[in-house]
Amino acid sequence: MNTPNDLLYAKSHEWLRLDKDTATVGVTDHAQSELSDVVYVELPKPGRKVTAGEVVATVESVKAASDIYAPVGGEVTQANPALSSDPGLVNREPYGQGWLFRIKPDQPKPSGLLLASDYAATLPH
Amino acid sequence: MPSLAESPIASCHLALGARMIPFAGWNLPVEYRGLLAEHNATRHAAGLFDISHMGQIRAEGNGALSALESILANDPAKLRDGEGHYTFLLNDQGGVIDDLFLYRLNADNFLLVVNAARHTEDLQILAAFKKKDVSFTGNPGSTAGMALQGPKAYEILTRLLPAHTILPLRNRITEMQLAGHKAWVAATGYTGENGFEIFTDLLAGPIIWNAILEAGKSDGLLPCGLGSRDSLRLEAGFPLHGQDLSTEITPIEAGLGFFIDMKRARPFPGRSILEQQKKGGTTRTCVGLKGQPGQPPPRHDYPVFQGDKKIGVVTSGVPSPTLGHGIALALITTPAPTCGQDIEFEVRGRRVPVKVSPRRFIPKK
Repeated sequence: MNTPNDLLYAKSHEWLRLDKDTATVGVTDHAQSELSDVVYVELPKPGRKVTAGEVVATVESVKAASDIYAPVGGEVTQANPALSSDPGLVNREPYGQGWLFRIKPDQPKPSGLLLASDYAATLPH
Repeated sequence: MPSLAESPIASCHLALGARMIPFAGWNLPVEYRGLLAEHNATRHAAGLFDISHMGQIRAEGNGALSALESILANDPAKLRDGEGHYTFLLNDQGGVIDDLFLYRLNADNFLLVVNAARHTEDLQILAAFKKKDVSFTGNPGSTAGMALQGPKAYEILTRLLPAHTILPLRNRITEMQLAGHKAWVAATGYTGENGFEIFTDLLAGPIIWNAILEAGKSDGLLPCGLGSRDSLRLEAGFPLHGQDLSTEITPIEAGLGFFIDMKRARPFPGRSILEQQKKGGTTRTCVGLKGQPGQPPPRHDYPVFQGDKKIGVVTSGVPSPTLGHGIALALITTPAPTCGQDIEFEVRGRRVPVKVSPRRFIPKK
């Protein structure tokens, strides 16, 4: 499974990319593979305040609906508009066009997240 | 937790890279390469499903027919040699202990194909009807089974048969040599496609499985897991025991009264309740629900509303791969809204519109 080195990871299989004061959030390659064939994504509305660990989105495959947790607290600034017409982007480009939403974090330094190598070590081999 | 039973075909699943999950006490493939690909292969080419977890119970002896007439809701006396039909094992309240397929192999030999989760209880119930002239055999894990389904199923299976062997017509069963091994082959299934279910012994199971996969390679045949089995059966409107049927739901409430002939002479468990419900109606009924593209799909246990009133619950729901929107079966209170009416289900605190629809979501093949 692909786990890029420039991202931070939550144990619940979300990734986070920090860029100045915005954090982009998506699900990991491992998560998209486990979910398989995403057919519907429900995203938080911009302006919503979220706390770290809160359920903020839902990704649905044919099999099941899976909760997505906020890896950091803050205010949602954007939801990926491409996913309503093409939810399969989550499977095809989990770290690219398949991102889920952006947050302006409360804290400048996120805590409790994993580096790529530590996250990769939590995955089954 | 007790350890999970392994299918006789388990080594083939492992070699194919299947993702395995626990189901009804068994360790079974939920998908291989992907549920959508498997679903679509079955609709447009063919899919091969391991159904070794399903119980194969034999009722044998001079008294087999008579015993089954007292146990099962659909009249077994209607079957001729080599014919099968869908039927129910009911409790005294008319609730469904199990829904199953009964085949008459010959006058004193019947095959019951039952749900894995109900197999042991079925055997216990049948044991009470055991007499000198009838026996019930077939413990969990003693047989192999697989289903080859889809428009190419006939062509693929024909390649594995000796010359002049004729495959059975719908709902019929024939014993034949398949890839050099004895098997009972029935023209039945749980996908809404034409196809076959193959019942054989533990040793022949993986041999026939591999032979079918090889024979169907160039036709786009894929091995299919429980994931696509569920989405396929729901598109066809087939009920799943434990969700759409249970000991608390009667076949009449589930809209399956068609399978029960009330004119037959013999009493069977639950008969008087079913007669009342057929005449006087039921307080609940099963309907189909059709969602819209771009809306969240209905799923098992979501509440169903008409205006402000909660009128029932989704028993099975899935985003339909064939139709591109959510579909569901729901058990709702009567008088029920009619086909085409707009109602709603609730998910994550919001209401989503759905239309009441027939329970079969794809055309009959």
